[in-house]
Amino acid sequence: MGQTYFSDIYRFYRNGFQRMTLGKTLWKIILIKLFVMFAILKLFFFPDFLQSNFSTDQERADHVLEQITGPARQNN
Amino acid sequence: MVDLSMVNWARAQFALTAMYHWIFVPLTLGLSFLCAFYETLYVRTGKEEWKNIAKFWMTLFGINFAIGVATGIILEFEFGTNWSNYSWMVGDIFGAPLAVEGIVAFFLEATFFAVMFFGWDRVSKNFHLFSTWMVAIGSNLSALWILVANGWMQFPTGMAFNPATVRFEMQNFWEVLFSPVAMAKFTHTTSTSFMVGALFVITVSSWYLLKGRHVEMAKKSIIVASVFGLLSTCYAAWTGDESAFVNASTQPMKLAAYEGLYDGEKGAGIVALGWLNSEKKPGDSLPAFDFEIKIPGGLALLANREINSFVPGINDLVYGNAEEGIESVAAKMEKGKAAIADLAAYKAALKVGDAQAADGALAKFNANQEYLGYGYLLSPEQTVPPVATTFYSFHIMVFLAVLFLLIFVLFLIAAVKDTIAAKRGLLSLGFISFFLAMIASQSGWVVAEVGRQPWAIQGLMPVNVATTNISAGSVQTTFFMFLAVFTLLLIAEIKIMLKQIKIGPEGF
Repeated sequence: MGQTYFSDIYRFYRNGFQRMTLGKTLWKIILIKLFVMFAILKLFFFPDFLQSNFSTDQERADHVLEQITGPARQNN
Repeated sequence: MVDLSMVNWARAQFALTAMYHWIFVPLTLGLSFLCAFYETLYVRTGKEEWKNIAKFWMTLFGINFAIGVATGIILEFEFGTNWSNYSWMVGDIFGAPLAVEGIVAFFLEATFFAVMFFGWDRVSKNFHLFSTWMVAIGSNLSALWILVANGWMQFPTGMAFNPATVRFEMQNFWEVLFSPVAMAKFTHTTSTSFMVGALFVITVSSWYLLKGRHVEMAKKSIIVASVFGLLSTCYAAWTGDESAFVNASTQPMKLAAYEGLYDGEKGAGIVALGWLNSEKKPGDSLPAFDFEIKIPGGLALLANREINSFVPGINDLVYGNAEEGIESVAAKMEKGKAAIADLAAYKAALKVGDAQAADGALAKFNANQEYLGYGYLLSPEQTVPPVATTFYSFHIMVFLAVLFLLIFVLFLIAAVKDTIAAKRGLLSLGFISFFLAMIASQSGWVVAEVGRQPWAIQGLMPVNVATTNISAGSVQTTFFMFLAVFTLLLIAEIKIMLKQIKIGPEGF
């Protein structure tokens, strides 16, 4: 019974995707958009500054504390 | 020194991303409910015409959803790169709401969206209707979590600052969730989004009626949209009033800015129409307005629910008002500077292993920590947001909301009397109403966000401290990349949407 239930769900999605017309264009846009966002923008232009430059949470915390108590911020 | 141009570019990039994202979101929130109403009418009456109407608007809803989905994720990229201090410090607060949002969105999209679009002939009528309602309710609930996070930035509550981890840590989830600012923000944002959805239907239907195409479908769509829009406008007026009331106690500077109120007064009037004096600065003696029409006592009633009560102005909030018990920003800045010095002393004492000195510094820090953000300011006047931007955005929003109320009433009367197709002037107004709704909706966010400057977190962290200490160059590059990507997406949305609108309901 469980297997039938899951194969029904599988067929529901498979047939739904197969019958799409406008949906195919929209899915292409979604996939291109996600590719641009995650494989280009995130990877090459939006590194997580603290993750990239520090290896432990303690180092990250120390850096942020330095930033918010150091002279660089208070002079602004 | 932190590169101030980087701070401004990071702000501009965040504003650009948020405003583009906000083109898609209100239409999703509002149109989802209209789809549910149209389908409910189909299930209740069994008439195929309602099914066609529901399918038509559902397709336009699907286009908007597909183009808009995930555009908000870019905001999270920006947090990690441009706003790393802020991102680190609020991570514990934002983690829970955003995780809930992600889980809700995933299950919603994977299940009910699929049934809504694939299931017309494959599941029962009632289950399909249930799925459509779940998409509408789920989409709006999904918005709750991001608005809770935004509300916390405007009114940080339910948390404690931990100097060891340098993070604001959540102490009470329910206090964060049900903070008055978060609730006011959620109810006002969703109610105004319902108006946007209703005006979208009116715009498209007006175009059909002006062209003499799909006349019956357009008339039926207009009746439902007008009723929904009218009720939503009344609801939005109530939630807007509540937002202003909450602002009065949590962000009085924002309230003063969007009313152009420099000198506080008892029984302060609300500006119905006004033109600001562009030379006016805090603390000077120039008049605030070149021209104004005020409703006496209106602002006092809005802010305090008492017509003769005192409403503080920008000057009271900046320079203090002993009579009204308002502390000056200069005094807060001294406490903030002490808090920063004590935090630095705490760190230094820990470094050399002096536990007693660390405890002493921490106790002193705790006494002043609520003023932490003021310690980074150079002058008290920095706490004043751009008054003109905030004031005009607020008044444009309110003016348009009144116009929308009128539009909904006139459309409803004409649709019920079945005279709508002949009223070309009204239809022309209806045709542009969605574009006006986008202006009003964006203006609302300008009020909310520009009006709370210079704070990233109200009173605790100004924007120049929230940013990463990096150069402006990299932010400029990605700013223009986003501008290009988002513009392409918007062009795609408009082209696909127009094509489907031209095809009309017979194409489904």
